[in-house]
Amino acid sequence: MFDVTIIGAGVIGNSIARELCKYRLNVCVIEKDPDVGNGTSKANSAIVHAGFDAKPGTLKGRLNSEGNKMFDELSEELDFPFKRIGSLVVCFEKSGIENLEKLKKQGIENGVPGLEILDADKVKKMEPNLSDNVEAALYAPTGGIVCPYEMTIALAENAFTNGVKFKLNTRVTSIVKNSGRYLIKTDRGDVESKIVVNAAGVFSDEINNMVSDKKLNIIPRKGEYCLFDKSVGDIVSRTIFQLPTKLGKGVLVTPTVDGNLLIGPDAEDIDDKEDLNTTDKGLNFIISKASLSVKKLPMRQVITSFSGLRAHGTGDFVIGEAEDAENFINAAGIESPGLSSSPAIAAVIRDIIIDKLKPGKNSEFNPIRKGIPKFREMTNEERKKLIAEDPKYGRIICRCETVTEGEIVNAIKRPLGARSVDGVKKRTRAGMGRCQGGFCGPRVVQILARELNISPEEVTKSGKDSNLLVGKDKENVPA
Amino acid sequence: MQEYDVVIIGGGPAGLAAAVSVKEEGIDNILILERENQLGGILNQCIHNGFGLHIFKEELTGPEYAQRFIDKVKSMDIPYKLNTMVLDLSKDKVITAVNEEDGILEIKAKSIILSMGCRERPRGAINIPGSRCAGIYTAGSAQKFVNVEGYMPGKEVVILGSGDIGLIMARRMTLEGAKVKAVVELLPYSSGLKRNIVQCLDDFNIPLKLSHTVVNIKGKERVEGVTIAKVDKNRKPVKGTEEYIPCDTLLLSVGLLPENELSRKAEVKLSNITGGPVVDESLETNIDGMFACGNVLHVHDLVDNVTMESVNAGKSAAKYVKGKRFDGNKIEVLAVDGVRYTVPQYINPENVEKFIDIRFRVGNVFKDSFISVYFDDVREMHIKKRILTPGEMQDVKLTRKLLDKYPNCKTITVKVEGK
Repeated sequence: MFDVTIIGAGVIGNSIARELCKYRLNVCVIEKDPDVGNGTSKANSAIVHAGFDAKPGTLKGRLNSEGNKMFDELSEELDFPFKRIGSLVVCFEKSGIENLEKLKKQGIENGVPGLEILDADKVKKMEPNLSDNVEAALYAPTGGIVCPYEMTIALAENAFTNGVKFKLNTRVTSIVKNSGRYLIKTDRGDVESKIVVNAAGVFSDEINNMVSDKKLNIIPRKGEYCLFDKSVGDIVSRTIFQLPTKLGKGVLVTPTVDGNLLIGPDAEDIDDKEDLNTTDKGLNFIISKASLSVKKLPMRQVITSFSGLRAHGTGDFVIGEAEDAENFINAAGIESPGLSSSPAIAAVIRDIIIDKLKPGKNSEFNPIRKGIPKFREMTNEERKKLIAEDPKYGRIICRCETVTEGEIVNAIKRPLGARSVDGVKKRTRAGMGRCQGGFCGPRVVQILARELNISPEEVTKSGKDSNLLVGKDKENVPA
Repeated sequence: MQEYDVVIIGGGPAGLAAAVSVKEEGIDNILILERENQLGGILNQCIHNGFGLHIFKEELTGPEYAQRFIDKVKSMDIPYKLNTMVLDLSKDKVITAVNEEDGILEIKAKSIILSMGCRERPRGAINIPGSRCAGIYTAGSAQKFVNVEGYMPGKEVVILGSGDIGLIMARRMTLEGAKVKAVVELLPYSSGLKRNIVQCLDDFNIPLKLSHTVVNIKGKERVEGVTIAKVDKNRKPVKGTEEYIPCDTLLLSVGLLPENELSRKAEVKLSNITGGPVVDESLETNIDGMFACGNVLHVHDLVDNVTMESVNAGKSAAKYVKGKRFDGNKIEVLAVDGVRYTVPQYINPENVEKFIDIRFRVGNVFKDSFISVYFDDVREMHIKKRILTPGEMQDVKLTRKLLDKYPNCKTITVKVEGK
């Protein structure tokens, strides 16, 4: 029996889980996927928005600017990459300046500091590679970039070490109310809980609708992205947005915290909540749109493309107890700016739960999580010391991203450790570079097999049936 | 900081041949740095035969070919470090490397030979839309799984790209029990060697779909199939020509890229066309004393050519250390009219002993044409070629005698000419 069960181990679910660790509560997180941060939290723009996009008075408007302010401390405590590089909303026509002014006004009402409209000259000085057609821009110094999956993993690890139980690979099939408690039925047994928090991302409507008659309808909205090689990661040094259209914030061009260049997303409403296919149409769209912002988009330097789904359709975020279901608390419909708002959303949900259960403070809460040592970012002196302690840090496995065997073993052995090639990739960047795992893929498979004491054939790309190898040589040769 | 006369970065076929050559020239204070756990480079996973026809006049497998050079390196007591990755290279020829035993190594070299090889272009480089599930491999990683580790990456396979690795893997996967359903090639011709098309596809009845590409990959957790389509002359898919092929594996053999990350750090000037350093007759880069050979310089078809090129790089590095190389007076070599590039791009005739090989590729298929070499405006060579394809590297030999005939020559031009 848990005090609180959170459904969904994305950035929202884990942010809430970690907040609840600060109190004496028995908390469980249920996740259908084999790893945390596998849905929307894995594939998005990786932006911490300043907070001028949403209408004042909305949850999006308030929680974005509040959340933004919480990132410095959070990234410090949890050792995940976050950089406050600032952002520019550019417009290509003089008539757009009026809309920039509106955005600025909106931002000020939302509590965003430092907003400034810059003329073309100033913009070009800041970002010389932007298109000559840029007429003006709204500059937001508090805009930032983050590694969303590392942030999610960091939150989860910290929650785990502070006592939260994680049930991965576990799909919720129904929720029934039973004498004041919730019985959550899953494909791997039942879980009983006083309070249920719905942080199920694109599935948050289905979870809500199991309990509440106030039905939600989430439309998975697909966004596609192209990621470029680090050699062109400095084409822009801030996040470059285009003036929003009714389909969203438009296509952005941004450096990532790891030094790549990212463009995207488009916005395509789809039916299938697991359809992560990229499409010719989507990729062509983002490439042509991004080319409006930047003078010469180095298309030969694209190293991969991907897509992510946002939980669209509820208008504003749906946060709070369902009207007709006591102790069932939604954190649903969290689309952009969900990542930016996540720390503030977690605080809101935490307060609701504290108000209900009135738990005491957890004096043993440890807010600090140390990430995997990043060999590529160290000085040679630090490297020497690390290798002296563990020689595995002297063996490079991923050449492109300079990831050592020590880091990969660490990723597997740590709390909620990696169980698949993608799990290793998200935690260490092995396979994320320009060769996309061409060289290190087979070696990562070997290391996973060795550390998990399984055969290479059992190693998967991302859990379930995503096995990479299908048998031994000659097994299927006809006799 | 350790000091060496010559450090060779990369212990594959290029690095090994270069190292042997340096040693044969009487330079002893040398070191090979290899990132893998054995010498030999990519040859170790190329277990098919056909290597060494030019150098050894016999058909060796990749590991056998490599072993000949590994044996030489060992018998000549040439020092090497395995599992050692070079992290940084400066234009002052200071190397920072790492391995488990030494930790961080700092090495100063009088001369450096770049022989880091090349890597495969990944899926992202060609932006194939569709699922990102398991079952999509570069042909080289599949080759490593099958040939080195003994595991099959799939049962029903489509291969995109008819370069040599793609062709070789079509045969290998078939021999190991997989069904190769098609090899799909964007271009109207294969970029692989003719003999590989015959021996790897035709002999196994594997269809080669020219002017086709993969337009979608289907699958949730593992590949379930791919859609291929014809492409027009601009290489764009033609609507209505789509064909779905069920399969569990897609292998990509869509080109190789010289691995010049370190060269960039050392401010080595690179060619936009080859992706490798711009070099002179001695295979010296713009950085004094830094030489390049093998696939890091330009992607080869035949390891025999890599070996010959690398011997030249080794000799040049030795000469450099001994102070016997001449600077200045460089003739520019131009690639025009169907010739995509040449290596080298500059020649100083004073450094040419008997002859120099100009290696190059053409940009298209040419039938019954001529390769011509002009010394300024004078056509000195006019060689009949029945067929020229981008897949087969060409070369012309310029003798020292010929170079001496034109002491004031400014440019040498290599071109394809009709009748």
